[in-house]
Amino acid sequence: MSAVENGAGRGSARAAAFASSLGRFLVIAITTYLGLLAVTFFIGRVIPIDPVLAVLGDRAPANVVERTRREMGLDLPLIQQFYIYVTSALHGDFGTSVLTTNPVMTDIRRALPATTELATLGTLIGALFGVPLGVLAAVKRGSVIDQIVRVIGLVGYSVPIFWLGLLALVLFYAKLQWVAFPARLDVVYEYTFTPITGFYLLDSAMQGQWDVFHDAFRHIILPAALLGYFSLAYISRMTRSFMLNELTQEYIVAARAKGLSETRIIWGHALRNAAVPMVTVIALSYAGLLEGSVLTETVFSWPGIGLYITNSLQNADMNAVLGGTIVIGSVFIGINLLSDLLYRVLDPRTKVR
Amino acid sequence: MSADTIESRRAWLLSERPASRMQARLGRAYVAWRRFSANRLAFLGLLIIISLLVIAALAGVLAPYSPTFGDLKGSRLLAPCAEHWFGTDDLGRDILSRILYGSRWTLYVVILVAVIAAPVGLLVGTVAGYAGGWIDAVLMRVTDIFLAFPKLILALAFVAALGPGIENAVLAIAITSWPPYARIARAETLTVRNSDYIKAVQLMGASPFRIVLRHIMPLCISSLIVRVTLDMAGIILTAAGLGFLGLGAQPPLPEWGTMIASGRRFVLDQWWVAGAPGFAILIVSLGFNLLGDGLRDALDPRSGDQ
Amino acid sequence: MSGRTLLDVDDLRVTFPTRTGLIEAVRGVSFSLGRERLGIVGESGSGKSQTGRAIMGLTPPQARISASKLAFDGVDLLAASPRERRALRGKRIAMILQDPKYSLDPVMSIGRQIVETLRTHEKVGKAEARDRALAMLEAVQIRDPARVFDLHPHEVSGGMGQRAMIAMMLIAGPEMMIADEPTSALDVTVQLDVLGILDRLVSERGMGLIFISHDLRLVSSFCDRVIVMFAGKVVEQLKASELSQAQHPYTRGLLNCMPRIGFERHPLPVLDRKAEWAA
Ligand SMILES: Nc1ncnc2c1ncn2[C@@H]1O[C@H](COP(=O)(O)OP(=O)(O)OP(=O)(O)O)[C@@H](O)[C@H]1O
Ligand SMILES: [Mg+2]
Repeated sequence: MSAVENGAGRGSARAAAFASSLGRFLVIAITTYLGLLAVTFFIGRVIPIDPVLAVLGDRAPANVVERTRREMGLDLPLIQQFYIYVTSALHGDFGTSVLTTNPVMTDIRRALPATTELATLGTLIGALFGVPLGVLAAVKRGSVIDQIVRVIGLVGYSVPIFWLGLLALVLFYAKLQWVAFPARLDVVYEYTFTPITGFYLLDSAMQGQWDVFHDAFRHIILPAALLGYFSLAYISRMTRSFMLNELTQEYIVAARAKGLSETRIIWGHALRNAAVPMVTVIALSYAGLLEGSVLTETVFSWPGIGLYITNSLQNADMNAVLGGTIVIGSVFIGINLLSDLLYRVLDPRTKVR
Repeated sequence: MSADTIESRRAWLLSERPASRMQARLGRAYVAWRRFSANRLAFLGLLIIISLLVIAALAGVLAPYSPTFGDLKGSRLLAPCAEHWFGTDDLGRDILSRILYGSRWTLYVVILVAVIAAPVGLLVGTVAGYAGGWIDAVLMRVTDIFLAFPKLILALAFVAALGPGIENAVLAIAITSWPPYARIARAETLTVRNSDYIKAVQLMGASPFRIVLRHIMPLCISSLIVRVTLDMAGIILTAAGLGFLGLGAQPPLPEWGTMIASGRRFVLDQWWVAGAPGFAILIVSLGFNLLGDGLRDALDPRSGDQ
Repeated sequence: MSGRTLLDVDDLRVTFPTRTGLIEAVRGVSFSLGRERLGIVGESGSGKSQTGRAIMGLTPPQARISASKLAFDGVDLLAASPRERRALRGKRIAMILQDPKYSLDPVMSIGRQIVETLRTHEKVGKAEARDRALAMLEAVQIRDPARVFDLHPHEVSGGMGQRAMIAMMLIAGPEMMIADEPTSALDVTVQLDVLGILDRLVSERGMGLIFISHDLRLVSSFCDRVIVMFAGKVVEQLKASELSQAQHPYTRGLLNCMPRIGFERHPLPVLDRKAEWAA
């Protein structure tokens, strides 16, 4: 009579469905990553008339050029070149940076924690303020608060981040002196502080070096707040729309009929239901901030991957640019895919049909 | 016109039993227009975009000074004053004039990207939707792959390979912005593919090429326009970002992002040099966002709350 | 009518302002209810649900409500503060909605939803609340209450969901209940089960019941009295046993539309609607 009573049959059906959706997930993941590599391969090896020149610059002696050409496998057919490209990328080998003379992967490994720390703090700020604002806007729909949240969001979608960063520096660093100059740490600490995880806030707190923590905080807060504003714009807008949708559902009427308070209905029922898609939104906004780091890091001299890419761009260091692109692209794609997966895991309604 | 005839015209437009397809279409447009113009923010957006068009057309008349040549001796880095409303930059050029001329480059980028990316997306989407089968599967996989990429970073890498310049920036942005259009066009195609109307055209012996081109593509246009309008702000911001990184328009072009980049060096003392062009970008992309939002709400009342 | 009057409704009106003008969903409904079963029937859109929701205080905020009297057990509902009305809801007046699939919170376990009602209205500890919820689940004839307690709504069938809903709404021991088409979304086979449970609980606890339905025959077999609504108005009020003597042509029309076995039905009868009935 009821669906619970034939649990055994359902269990195996669920396993089969899980296997097939896992299979589909793998196909999507693999083709997407291959696509990313194909596009960067195209950018690095096909568009430039002479990739060797792109790597070595035009002042290299002829014999070096010839050797490099062979080393890069440029005399092989394109498809074979691509195969080599993919396998070395999978081993984390993106060649050597002309600018720093390090392997690109070494540089990236050094820069990645800085970018991640910034994006994480930005997303935290964005979610912490964006979710309540979105809820408020939905509950007080059409009110002044709703309008204000809407304008905050729209401006966030419309403002050039690097420009806002520059103005914020003028105001908070130059005029008010509330924050530190654009860098990750004061020079004094740069040499005395040994990071563990690469997240300076975390590392300094773990080692009890509160002066370093304070300094790191004074450096990170402005770029993080800026990124946080962008993620707030997106998160508050999506929260509002999810909440509006939930608030029209019948279970809300039922909750009212039970005599629950509005507070309990909004935060305990509607938001809990909206939370499942919200996780996806917050993950996507995190991925977006990783990408947005290119411009923010440039403005705030933040030594992350974004700054690494733009510095390399200025010096036509193609290996470094493409390596950085692949790494950020991979993380971005990974978060995209994971958020999709997370959605299905988190939602108790995901039925097996 | 007397109030009476206005009233009867409105009644004709809102008639529940339109006598012709024309009347029905006009009626729908009228309802959409009423919804749109009742939305004050959307109307503001429309005004901003119209002003942008007017300014771009009349930049030569409106600008008080030349956008490319300045008075190097007497007027470097002047603060905003009566002669130079927005001040001057390091080469003594009037910033207001540069911003007015810069509107042309903003329009140039936006229009060119739309003209390249929208047809590509339209073609991919309609072909995938109409053909179905493995063609659809392959095209949509490619679309999804592009959709999953970080757009700005990819555009950056493209320009890095193609070389800096506004044309290459446009190309790079276009390459990264077609996938959503393909998705929309495919969705629309799927809804009409099996309609009697398309069946009838098939029976008359029209070739698939002709059906897609003449009968399916026109049906996708309106939802595509809304989406393109909503994307405009993103395009402007990406182009400005590329300009800021020195990859888009090159000096001395008065492109707004490039202007911010060159004003960056003295932003701590002469903040207006970078401040004014950024504000122009903000206003224009806000205009496109407001307009796009309003269009979407007006054309698709279901999404009105979202 | 048996016993004291629980609910007194006089000239209830519910009006929605919309872009195209006012929609009068309920236009002067009057009735009173004791500890008895009152059925409300009428076709779709006749204002049955809006009547029920107005009594509960669940009318959408943009609507306007007026009545010369709307009182529950001596409490003037229109004069009561939102807080007072909230205290009544779930505690003294309960409501069962149509479709358990949509009216149970999908991401909260059934047990927690039942406990939530109880703890909103009574100061009880967690363990006691759980015990009482399990007992209530048993009272709605769920065989394995401990297991169902931890299930989510999508994991149970429609019939079980509706029983969970009844448990959730009755756990605080209300004196009156409004059931808005409680079985319309269920399979015919489980409809009777659910009705049986409802029937027993209502008579055991001596509750007043307003039973809203499309189905005149079902209502007449289940209720003591029947109100027939048309276009927001009550067109006829009569004892269920006297349904066959209904005077109003609309009621007669509704009766005629019911299929009966063994009768030739050609041509199919069409429900008559006359503008003057709504006047
Ligand atoms: N939010 C609303 N805005 C405008 N009109 C509404 C709204 N809710 C209900 N109505 C109108 O109120 C009238 C009565 O609705 P109600 O839900 O009470 O009907 P009903 O008798 O319960 O019908 P059904 O049998 O279909 O449930 C309907 O005609 C409907 O158009
Ligand atoms: Mg109803």
